[in-house]
Amino acid sequence: MTLVLLTEQLLNGIQFGVMLFLMAAGLTLVFGVMGLINLAHGSLYMIGAFLCATVALATGSFWLGLVASLAGAAAAGAVVEIAVIRRLYDRDHLDQVLATFALILIFSEGTRWVFGSFPLFLDIPPVLQGAVTLPGGAEYPLYRLTIIAIGLLIAFGLYLLISRTRLGMRIRAGESDREMIGALGVDIRTLYTVVFALGAALAGLAGALVGAIQSVQVGMGEPVLILAFVVIVIGGIGSVKGALIGAILVGVVDTLGRILLPQFFALFMEASQATSVGSALASMAIYILMAIILAVKPQGLFSAGA
Amino acid sequence: MKKLLLAGLTGLSMTVGAAYAEPVKVGMITTLSGGGSGLGVDVRDGFLLAAKMAGNKDLEVIVEDDARKPDLAVQIADKMIQKEKVDVLTGIIWSNLAMAVVPSSVAQGVFYLSPNAGPSMLAGKGCHENYFNVAWQNDNLHEAMGGHASSAGFKNTFILAPNYPAGKDALTGFKRFYEGDVAGELYTKLGQTDYAAEIAQIRASDADSVFFFLPGGMGIAFMKQYAQSGVDVPVMGPAFSFDQGILKAVGDAALGVKNSSQWSKDIDNPANKAFVEAFQAEYGRLPSLYASQGYDTANLILSAMQKADVKDADAFRAALKEADFDSVRGDFKFDSNQHPIQDIYVREVIKEGDVLTNKIVGVGLEDRSSAYVGDCKL
Repeated sequence: MTLVLLTEQLLNGIQFGVMLFLMAAGLTLVFGVMGLINLAHGSLYMIGAFLCATVALATGSFWLGLVASLAGAAAAGAVVEIAVIRRLYDRDHLDQVLATFALILIFSEGTRWVFGSFPLFLDIPPVLQGAVTLPGGAEYPLYRLTIIAIGLLIAFGLYLLISRTRLGMRIRAGESDREMIGALGVDIRTLYTVVFALGAALAGLAGALVGAIQSVQVGMGEPVLILAFVVIVIGGIGSVKGALIGAILVGVVDTLGRILLPQFFALFMEASQATSVGSALASMAIYILMAIILAVKPQGLFSAGA
Repeated sequence: MKKLLLAGLTGLSMTVGAAYAEPVKVGMITTLSGGGSGLGVDVRDGFLLAAKMAGNKDLEVIVEDDARKPDLAVQIADKMIQKEKVDVLTGIIWSNLAMAVVPSSVAQGVFYLSPNAGPSMLAGKGCHENYFNVAWQNDNLHEAMGGHASSAGFKNTFILAPNYPAGKDALTGFKRFYEGDVAGELYTKLGQTDYAAEIAQIRASDADSVFFFLPGGMGIAFMKQYAQSGVDVPVMGPAFSFDQGILKAVGDAALGVKNSSQWSKDIDNPANKAFVEAFQAEYGRLPSLYASQGYDTANLILSAMQKADVKDADAFRAALKEADFDSVRGDFKFDSNQHPIQDIYVREVIKEGDVLTNKIVGVGLEDRSSAYVGDCKL
């Protein structure tokens, strides 16, 4: 394991983490502010990817696709909030899980109905294609560096939004006491719709960004959703800062685990057996991480409610 | 002559002169949603096309979606066997699902005809008189690529596959006929979509070539990221990585890549010509090898129906074993473990107009059976 390879893998882990953050930020806001478990968050990610691919294919511009995915996912989020989610705030988590699971099925079938079962393709915009040489000699895809930059910018933007603006103040207030801010004359219904749409837009953005390096297909959101839940459990429910740190932690542990564990077992095992044992353990790594963190800090690293 | 007619009369509904009027009920469990649904859709479409072209009213097909979940597949299989009373099960794409469904199903007396998954377990020690594989044993296509890598002069190949039964069969198969060194060997998560970590390892190794088996969306993701990574080590793989369904999504990055397949749309025989034309006319897209496997599976059942009554299991099994149908891949017969003996071709990804597709450039393995046939007691 050379330093160059290690740098590259760290960047891979951070890039993966930043992408998870975009998913987890919305999820944790909705969970923290409204107390709602939204399993359909992954569907909004899928919608973002499909919209970006469709618009990019029709217009030839990735950037228009990106705008469309942001706007479209936010709109879809707002519609879903008004039509379905609004009725679920007062119910218990089991009802929310059932209803939002139904939404996953509806969105997946709907997307298949419109686009078919075959994956769509979305190319990286020409200016971001290819690899760049980093100081130290590592070559790294430019597009992945861009994802890292966009993710960190958005994390900073969210921080400013929540700590410096009136909307952010209301969001924070909603987290601690929703009846009280309602009594103070804040329009809770609109606030919730806005927060939900914001979370949806972030998920849509993540889908669009990732769609260009992976395949855009029905059901692409569910595996990411599970990881996003791991992230918010690690980071602490309702904390955007926790989501960022948890996401990067998960990204780095997962990536390095995939690389280092097989090599570790190869030290004292036969090669193909080592890859198989190492890969199996690597896929558990983040769950083990989650278990350890929960054992030490049951509320997560930066729980907002604690 | 009758065979020629059958193959030639594309799209015309004609009644096959069934000697036995007993209807056959086929239960198809395949992946129609979630990751890798394109594969199941192609198997289903190929199967239903053959049924439609034969126009045999005695063949009844029910299709259900397993969503690539083993537990769900087992449930559907139980329901189909106990409630729907199917005679034949087919359709499973993934080896982990096949391992969950096939052994218990054939033990209950139904036939299972695999249009895709061919795990090594079921070809060797776990073979069963009611289990037929119409596609290949999992190792086959990878074996051909291993041979190709050696003859192409590669000396240090990096190999990777998903961590599930077919992935292990793939790398075992590749190594069986590959004579050079292995620069690195990796198992990835099934359904994984980000390969940055693996690509970095390929870059850091001294590999002169990369062999990968990543079916469906996994392969698309890998190829796109590989093309962006700046690594210029040539890649190769089985047809699953470069088949019709995914070439469009991979794009020009796949151009010129060599891959192995038992089927290609340019195999020159009347059955294949009829199949490719009819498939395009019916569905408006080029068929994939999965579609060809579904199509052959249906035609195998139809051929057995002409000879035997499905309620007479011994006669029906014997009729299946004869494999008296015109396979779109040309020569096809069953070995004693009821897996195919067939040629495996080497194909190259080319562009026809603006459509990416494959062209045969050589034969990888001739009349290849499977490595596990000796372990099968049949």
